[in-house]
Amino acid sequence: MNAIKKYLGLIWMAIAILSYVVLFQTAMEKIAAKPTADTIIEWSIFAIIFLPIAIGLLIFGWLAWKGDYSQLPLSSEEIED
Amino acid sequence: MTIDKGQMRKVIFASSVGTLIEWYDFYIFGSLAPIIAAQFFPKSDPTAALLSTLATFAAGFIVRPFGALVFGRLGDKVGRKYTFLLTLVLMGGSTFAIGLVPGYETIGFAAPIIVLMLRLLQGLALGGEYGGAATYVAEHAPEHKRGAYTSWIQTTATLGLLLSLGIILITRKSMASDPMDSIRAFEDWGWRIPFWFSVVLVGMSIYIRLKMHESPLFMRLKTSGKTSTNPIRESLMKRSNLKMVLLALFGATMGQGVVWYTGQFYAQTFLENACKIDFEQTRTILIWAIVFATPLFIVFGSWSDRVGRKWIIMSGLLLAIVAYRPIYRTMLDLTDTATSVKDDAKSRIEKVIVPLQGKEYSLQTSTTLHVYQNGIEEKTVSTDTLFNSGAERVQFKPKQFKVLPNNVYWALVALLFIQIVFVTMVYGPIAAFLVEIFPTKIRYTSMSLPYHLGNGVFGGMTPFIAVLLGTMYTADPLVGLWYPIAVAGICLIIGTIYLSNRIDPNVND
Repeated sequence: MNAIKKYLGLIWMAIAILSYVVLFQTAMEKIAAKPTADTIIEWSIFAIIFLPIAIGLLIFGWLAWKGDYSQLPLSSEEIED
Repeated sequence: MTIDKGQMRKVIFASSVGTLIEWYDFYIFGSLAPIIAAQFFPKSDPTAALLSTLATFAAGFIVRPFGALVFGRLGDKVGRKYTFLLTLVLMGGSTFAIGLVPGYETIGFAAPIIVLMLRLLQGLALGGEYGGAATYVAEHAPEHKRGAYTSWIQTTATLGLLLSLGIILITRKSMASDPMDSIRAFEDWGWRIPFWFSVVLVGMSIYIRLKMHESPLFMRLKTSGKTSTNPIRESLMKRSNLKMVLLALFGATMGQGVVWYTGQFYAQTFLENACKIDFEQTRTILIWAIVFATPLFIVFGSWSDRVGRKWIIMSGLLLAIVAYRPIYRTMLDLTDTATSVKDDAKSRIEKVIVPLQGKEYSLQTSTTLHVYQNGIEEKTVSTDTLFNSGAERVQFKPKQFKVLPNNVYWALVALLFIQIVFVTMVYGPIAAFLVEIFPTKIRYTSMSLPYHLGNGVFGGMTPFIAVLLGTMYTADPLVGLWYPIAVAGICLIIGTIYLSNRIDPNVND
């Protein structure tokens, strides 16, 4: 199971990057096709708000790849150390 | 740490009532979105007006994670009790103020700006509330009852929605003796009443919460000088804790958020806009479904104390993924009139002309009624302005809606009930799950962030993205469902593989 967790980390990193690139491209296309205030605001909100989430998924994938999820903490002491 | 049952009941009651009121405050804005759009965001195209309000709605959700950080930090440094008192005051004050803001016609562009600012304040307050209430209850609860007791907090979001729908419907019907006059008065100024009503609820809740004591676990930390000096840094910069924040988000709350908002918000939008169901029936269908399903929050929360949190949440996600498209397909088929034969003998047109005192015109309301053999009544109501001179006639865009017969109505209640059962499965055990994976000294901050990112961003954006997908791919009326299905799917895989089903025996650490 730990090997699956580890290799899936690569997939999470790929999904993070790909999904954000697709979102960003779509935002650009939509804004270019209809450059009204509404369109710009809507797609800018999407692009801004999903950036930290994509980064979070990238970090999650990286941590999985590094084996951080092989063993989850059993007590708070393990988190605090 | 154990307290007697009477005290525990008080803790649960005080925490739940306050949280319920915060949800009520937050949802009346969403439920009144089209009216607020007309009052504050004037646009000739009603869809654009709705989208702009949904954007405001989303803005409310987007600031929630910031509220989680701001108030989470405060709760981990100052204490749970005073922090969630503060969020309550902030929420109540902004809600009441929204009800006082003059419309666009009176103060111009200042109106939407003020409303947007107040909406952002509501989002900020909500971001701080839930984590405090869930933490407070969990830190009082015995180990074998943590899921059961915190599930009362989980009912509040749904009951807050129920209360908001109920108050709106009652107000809408009570404005005048004539139903059409009542609706007109409600859309004119009566929509403000649910916002003003909030002050009464918040006042009561503040009174109850002031009598509560601080969480015993937090007090122990405070007296021993072990509270965190920088909870945000410890939550997000410490690798061992960050990995749990990310796991909670991508393995649980992200999927839970979209299931929650699909079942309780997108379903309502879909009934009203795609199925074209009457305003009142749409609301009462949702109200019945909520009433029948709400006890299941407690059932699944309690059950999670015996079998663990993980598999109940994952099963809810799986069922939602598999069932969403068939459920929504059935909703469309049940309300479809294109394939049903029109009963011409029962079809009719009614016209009512109301002269307006002191005006040079009258209002003519024409209602065209078509009755179909499947029992559905389709009404088209158009309002025209008839000038006394007879020279001009101004026509407004007609409103079209369907009134359902009993059998279709209750079938839709059942379909919404099923969706809310999924909500109770993913949402009932989530507070206990989140409380257990973080240490006491940074618990408020650490659990609030993934909760509000999952619910606020992923969940809160569901109706907006679904409507957007619908406008981009018009051939498939169910295209909007791909967003919650995809998000829940990824969450299901991550949760199944990475999460543990272990119930933490000790949250005192």
